[in-house]
Amino acid sequence: MSEQNSQHEHEHHIVSPVIYGVILCCLLMATALTAGMSYIDLGQWQIAPGLTLFWNPVVALAIACTKMTLVVLFFMHVKYSRKLTKLTVASGFFLFLVLIGMTMCDYFTRAWGRW
Amino acid sequence: MSDSTATAGGAVAEAHHEHPAYQRHHFETIDQQFDATNFAMWLFLLTEIMFFGGLFMSYLLMRNWYYPAFVEGSHQLNIGWGTANTAVLIISSFTMAMSVWSAEMRKKGMLLLFLSLTWILGLAFLGIKSIEYHEKWVKHHVPGLHWSESSFLNPSSDAEVYKEYHDKPLAPDMAAKTAMYFYLYFAMTGMHALHMIIGISILTFMIFRARAGAYTTGHVTYVENFGLYWHFVDIIWIFLYPLLYLISRY
Repeated sequence: MSEQNSQHEHEHHIVSPVIYGVILCCLLMATALTAGMSYIDLGQWQIAPGLTLFWNPVVALAIACTKMTLVVLFFMHVKYSRKLTKLTVASGFFLFLVLIGMTMCDYFTRAWGRW
Repeated sequence: MSDSTATAGGAVAEAHHEHPAYQRHHFETIDQQFDATNFAMWLFLLTEIMFFGGLFMSYLLMRNWYYPAFVEGSHQLNIGWGTANTAVLIISSFTMAMSVWSAEMRKKGMLLLFLSLTWILGLAFLGIKSIEYHEKWVKHHVPGLHWSESSFLNPSSDAEVYKEYHDKPLAPDMAAKTAMYFYLYFAMTGMHALHMIIGISILTFMIFRARAGAYTTGHVTYVENFGLYWHFVDIIWIFLYPLLYLISRY
């Protein structure tokens, strides 16, 4: 019994309202930034003939990922959680990226060289 | 619940330990209960990521294939409403986080205040969403039900959007693909709205329970885990907003 108790890595952590407030401000500013950026043409990168990378969606998604990270770490308390929770969250997002990545690899290479 | 093993014989009665009513008997400590249910909630949220993942995957592929249709389709969305809804949802996430804090600090009045604010902001989000849905209906932009491609075959017929973006007419085969954008728009925002409706329903229940003092005597698990769900729904919107609203606005 006492062994099981000692496995708990720390006491329940209470995040202060100040941190929540700072995160709220960051999230709102990031929202304004991403809305503003969509009105600016950030150009594109011609990787190969027929294969172009537009910078606008890249920036928009980068901002969205930053916002998500802030929400997950602070609002969802993952920063203060046990390693098991951290591992669970990280593996979930990793699996999601693998599934998307693999599927897109298939679609993008079906007509490889024929464009 | 806590007395359930008292009559089950000496050995079991000896193992029986004192615990508050909100702690399930099979957990040794309240911390253990918190960790176990918290872990379970995260596993549930991972299945939700996979669920929405299919929609995001379809979006990614269709957007790459039919980019011009997606650009002109997205110009039909009102960026003001979209941004307002993003702000509403982010603030509701903040009030939800503050609800968790209030429960942890055992402040019943604050908990009720922040839960109610979250509830109101959730309804505000759905209200704005319904204004947008109604506009799509009026403009014949609901694929399969009330659909017309005229805004995309002849953009100047849609004066309000045309004066802002000066969209060029799409070829008929590409104009037909704008339906795919709106399919995804309604599937993704609709599924998100359904999650909001479920969340608001649970919040209503929680407000009544909080009034009875259920969460301010050390029982934080329920509020904390519902908070995880609410923040997750917020995160989905954080991605839907740039993907659906912010395609090539310049």
